[in-house]
Amino acid sequence: MLTILFDGVAYGMLLFVLAIGLCVTLGLMNFINLAHGAFAMAGGYLTIVMMNRHGISFYWGLPAAFLFSALLGVILERTLYVHLYTKSHLDQVLFSIGLVFMATAVVDYFMGANQQTINLPPSLEGRVTILGASIGVYRIFTIILCGLLTIGLQFVLSKTRFGSRLRAAVDDGRVARGMGIDVTKIFAITFAFGSGLAGLGGALSTGIISMDPTFPLKYMIYFLIVISVGGATTITGPFFASLLLGVADVAGKYYVPAVGGFIIYTIMVAVLILRPQGLFTKASR
Amino acid sequence: MSMTQPTKPGDGAGARMLAGAGWRWYEVLFWLAAIGLFFIFGDFIPGIPTRLMLLSEIISLGLLALSIDLVLGYAGVVTLGQGAFFGLGSYVAGIMAKAGMGAFPLSDPLIGLAAAAAVSGLAGFITSFLVLRGSDLTRLMVTLGVALILAELANQMRWLTGGADGLQGVIMGPVLGQWDFDLWGRTAYLYSLAVLFICFWISRRIVNSTFGLSLKAIKGNALRARAIGVPVNARLIAIYTIAAAIAGVAGALLAQTTQSASPDMIAFHRSADALLILVFGGAGYLYGGLIGAGLFRVMQDVIGGITLQYWQFWLGLVLVLLVLFVRGGVIGLLEGWRDRMTRKGDAP
Amino acid sequence: MSFVLETQGLCKSFGGIIATDNVSFQLPAGARHALIGPNGAGKTTFVNQLTGVLTPTSGKILFQGEDITGWSVRRRATAGIARTFQINQLFADLTPLESVVLAISERENAASEWFKPLGSRADIVDEACALLDTLGIGDVRESRVGALPYGKQRLLEIALALAAKPKLLLLDEPAAGVPESEREQILDVVARLPDSVALVLIEHDMHLVFRFAKTISVLVNGALFCEGTAEEIARDPRVRQVYLGEEDVGHG
Ligand SMILES: Nc1ncnc2c1ncn2[C@@H]1O[C@H](COP(=O)(O)OP(=O)(O)OP(=O)(O)O)[C@@H](O)[C@H]1O
Ligand SMILES: [Mg+2]
Repeated sequence: MLTILFDGVAYGMLLFVLAIGLCVTLGLMNFINLAHGAFAMAGGYLTIVMMNRHGISFYWGLPAAFLFSALLGVILERTLYVHLYTKSHLDQVLFSIGLVFMATAVVDYFMGANQQTINLPPSLEGRVTILGASIGVYRIFTIILCGLLTIGLQFVLSKTRFGSRLRAAVDDGRVARGMGIDVTKIFAITFAFGSGLAGLGGALSTGIISMDPTFPLKYMIYFLIVISVGGATTITGPFFASLLLGVADVAGKYYVPAVGGFIIYTIMVAVLILRPQGLFTKASR
Repeated sequence: MSMTQPTKPGDGAGARMLAGAGWRWYEVLFWLAAIGLFFIFGDFIPGIPTRLMLLSEIISLGLLALSIDLVLGYAGVVTLGQGAFFGLGSYVAGIMAKAGMGAFPLSDPLIGLAAAAAVSGLAGFITSFLVLRGSDLTRLMVTLGVALILAELANQMRWLTGGADGLQGVIMGPVLGQWDFDLWGRTAYLYSLAVLFICFWISRRIVNSTFGLSLKAIKGNALRARAIGVPVNARLIAIYTIAAAIAGVAGALLAQTTQSASPDMIAFHRSADALLILVFGGAGYLYGGLIGAGLFRVMQDVIGGITLQYWQFWLGLVLVLLVLFVRGGVIGLLEGWRDRMTRKGDAP
Repeated sequence: MSFVLETQGLCKSFGGIIATDNVSFQLPAGARHALIGPNGAGKTTFVNQLTGVLTPTSGKILFQGEDITGWSVRRRATAGIARTFQINQLFADLTPLESVVLAISERENAASEWFKPLGSRADIVDEACALLDTLGIGDVRESRVGALPYGKQRLLEIALALAAKPKLLLLDEPAAGVPESEREQILDVVARLPDSVALVLIEHDMHLVFRFAKTISVLVNGALFCEGTAEEIARDPRVRQVYLGEEDVGHG
């Protein structure tokens, strides 16, 4: 019972780190980027290659994944994504699905279609017993790391100048522009950072869920659930939504495996109908 | 710029509007060509392989894309869930035929089609209320969610659907009590083509009517549409229901001509494929889905024949390029060429 | 005396901002009324509540004596409330003729007709053409709306509102952004409207307001500041101070 809760929380926090970049870019530019998972996949595979082929430590893999995906994000944002902000949502969806297909095919070509995992460093292996429940060390590591990241994010957003500008831009881009805030630049930075976080999340995922080329498509739905349940205007909304989803998913798979995805999809549709602006946002209009 | 000023109100305008709804020569050509394919690929000419089963499948896909065109291309509702109605239709037709064991009435193809249209239309009507409100993103998510739930249901209800293995032992009766489905797919193709044409004809009437005009208006500007008295919700419910019924017919066609139904028919990728097909062919022209389906399946056979990964890569690349550089898909390209030609012709 | 339109204690707030502050307003039949006030006074917000685009926070709206506060946009439109938008809200991909034909068809309850091709109702097409001609945009009736010059689009805004044969017409800055040379045309159209239509004009251009309006309401910070005949308002020193003083009187 406690083990499942713990696993669920770890999984949920991982989802949060994976999805938060997407939430912010959606809130900021009203831009639907279904290819967000591809950045996570990039980070994940980078870690796998570094560890399995070159024997580099997992601890180096994490920051490398972040930087790699962030760099990838900057490049794609400046070259391709900029052309799409003024296009329709349908165009954005099609474009980013196209990117997902290409990323999937490329990874498949170079890395093969099979599932790949890593061997965790010994310090992260094994289990400990807390309150009578046996819990994987890696889960604890994930929770602590993601927790620190969340606190850091919250700090940046609420306490720094960049954060207040970002919040202003999310609230009302036109007004923010009017006040002289360079929304385009903020967006580029946010996009890169969000992609980097996704990459880091992807690297972390390699220890919990394995990587394969269909990762972006498989997790796209989870990201979208996080957004639709959590809303795209705060980071606390997506955070709680991720936890809820993580716990529900792990518990669901454990207790009622037959019903599978049924529960979470139903919850998602219900939330979308009852509260289209998200479960954890204040109704503003 | 034409300099002829209309002399009296309505001078010829109504006639021009009516003429806009008339059949063009290239449309006639299109349907004649579709019939022509039957004789080319129907094992009548020695040396040319039979391809009628593939062509029937293209028709079914094209009809699904056509149904998406009605909601997306005309009414502007972004949907990722049309595949759910397709799958529902295929299961209804498949289960009925299986229960009928080849005998009238349950295994009769037309009765199967009607039942599939009714069930899918009903499902469309019920879920249409979910897409009335909200942004593009919520609509995407809701339609996707409904589709995922239905797919999951089909997977779980093994006793009815055969689960992951699909429905085995579907036996169809003859079309109109006359023509049995044959091994070469001749009956299948002509039957599919006839059904396609009827659905197309109905859709064509719809988009060329005042009702169709009101859909375009809703897509263009729902706020203004309401202000001039358009019952936006009622219109959206109507078109979403009609499109769901057509998608159900498309699914039923596939189930009947292949004599099977499987989770593959209701899976998410079917919605995505059909959406791609429509955008590739050109949304908002009715023919876009049909042309797109043909090109898509042929390309899939050619490129996918080499390796599956290549296919996905090229598909992705085509999508990205399409969004960045081409408006209106293949038909949009053709239209652009035609306009450039006529402009050249006009220039002194 | 019976009013075409009446509001009772209408309030609307957006979060902290009170955009409409306890407005009680009456409009007699055949009125030629102007609603003026500085930028952000809440004029558009007021119109949006009258037409049902926004739901008031509190208060009542009566149209021809009937409480319409809870009615949908469409129901109000069919009952006879039409409006133009401050920022063009048109069907960019249709032609002016198609747009107006649609509006008339909706009025005639002929638009749910899905099996007859467009244009089969000759009477509707003729009426649409005549309407476009009276507004002086008959020559472009078969061009794409999105490609029309701004002035013609403004006229089409009015045409769409008139197609419904409204009893009450709300014009939200119909001449805003229109070049001087084309303004006259819009004014003419407004001036020629039949007396059976009650008119409310929102406008910043004071020349235009005084030329057209018999009565005027001044809205400041969401509240009715004062009301009266055009002469009274023109002479009122308070109005000069809050509104005419700040704004360049009749810019353009
Ligand atoms: N949807 C909204 N959400 C939040 N605030 C709004 C909204 N619409 C209007 N407001 C605010 O309400 C106030 C009144 O706005 P409104 O547009 O009605 O003014 P107006 O009198 O039409 O101004 P203008 O002359 O510039 O057209 C403004 O302070 C505006 O910022
Ligand atoms: Mg205004």
